[in-house]
Amino acid sequence: MTVTVRAGEALPPLHIPITRTLIVSGALASRDYQDVHHDAEAAREKGSPDIFMNILTTNGLVGRYITDHFGPRVHLRKVAIRLGAPNYPGDEMVLTGEVTSVADGTAEVAVTGTNGIGRHVTGTVTVELPTGSPTGAVR
Amino acid sequence: MSAEPEEWYEKLRAYEGRVAASGGQGRDPVNEPMIRHWCEAMGDTNPAYPGIAPPTMLQAWTMGGLGGHPGGSARSEAYDELLALLDEAGCTSVVATDCEQEYLRPLRPGDRITFDAVIESVSPRKTTKLGTGHFVTTRMDIQAGGELVGTHRFRILKYAPVRRKPDQQPDQQPDQKPNPEREPEQRPQQEPKARRPRPVINRDNAGFWEGVAAHQLLIQRCTGCGTLRFPWLPGCGGCGSPEWDTVAASGAGTVFSYVVMHHPPFPAFDPPYAVGLIELAEGVRIVSNITGVPHDKVRIGMPVELEFLRADDELELPVFRGAVA
Repeated sequence: MTVTVRAGEALPPLHIPITRTLIVSGALASRDYQDVHHDAEAAREKGSPDIFMNILTTNGLVGRYITDHFGPRVHLRKVAIRLGAPNYPGDEMVLTGEVTSVADGTAEVAVTGTNGIGRHVTGTVTVELPTGSPTGAVR
Repeated sequence: MSAEPEEWYEKLRAYEGRVAASGGQGRDPVNEPMIRHWCEAMGDTNPAYPGIAPPTMLQAWTMGGLGGHPGGSARSEAYDELLALLDEAGCTSVVATDCEQEYLRPLRPGDRITFDAVIESVSPRKTTKLGTGHFVTTRMDIQAGGELVGTHRFRILKYAPVRRKPDQQPDQQPDQKPNPEREPEQRPQQEPKARRPRPVINRDNAGFWEGVAAHQLLIQRCTGCGTLRFPWLPGCGGCGSPEWDTVAASGAGTVFSYVVMHHPPFPAFDPPYAVGLIELAEGVRIVSNITGVPHDKVRIGMPVELEFLRADDELELPVFRGAVA
């Protein structure tokens, strides 16, 4: 199986409900026991309105968004993200992506995750495509 | 405004290039249960897992977890010192802002990882919506079986949090987000505005604020030599006399100089806005807002007229209304 990728191609958006369960299970799965990611009262004492998603979970969701789209045969080579507006419980994050370049069997995808407050994450993912994948028309 | 003492930043910068962690060992070997928990949390159904670990789990294998690393943290003394220095300076809060990872080969169950990290950079003091502090960037090399498998660059902001007023609910604090929001369009639009800072009123300037309450802009006049002075001070800068009376400003003035504030955003202020140095007709100068004119239409020499702005129930301020030519 190969993957056809074209620069300029937009990835379908992925809607992720930001539940307490997601925030807490993501924090624990990443072994991040900072109280602001599971204890609402402690988070408030530190000036945050509620618990919020940790950066490792955001990183994991961005990785998942890319491999969900391109399939299990691609390899993530690089994930670089910057956080902005926090992901609080009850919100929804919509991940969107656009292939910005395709070269030498790798594609670069610009990813943005927007929530009800603003831009939660902006990032760039470099993904290695399965050998023999047609790269399509490079704009 | 307040310049950062050069020596202070030099002291912080001295940590650039120093070891942040050495000889760290993963708490557990890469293993299927942790991979499965991760995939369940992320909703990731990629069939490649748990045969390999999701690459984005890289940092998770280095984390101490609730129990910490046996035999203590791999964190270096230098890194602890840097964090302690920032703590002492009031930058007691921390938030992760950036994560850049490169994956050289997939990690598989059974891999035992080790890691080393270096302090890559310490930024000059930055003011963000969260508060003022320094960005600290570290770069970690992660190895398995002596082979480099990935790199992990991590940036945190160590900052002094914006102080919360006790009478305000947390959800009324748009400036206390746990993550720095560097782009203005990310600012929440719907939340109630914070109040302007309160003036510090003391015996040397109480008369000025009494004047404002009566809608007068009072200038001090030395009764020794007749020199006008503003802002209010206990003595004359010309002759040293502590005796004074006041004259009420006519209200006419011109823009002597100005700046347009774009960044950083401060509570209760909505950038961009102009801050003017107004030369009053009487000759003294005052810093205040310029109203009635778009920020990009303010010009030096522009005539302005005193008016009083009611900021909220408790605060009135003298500001200056400009006239577009």
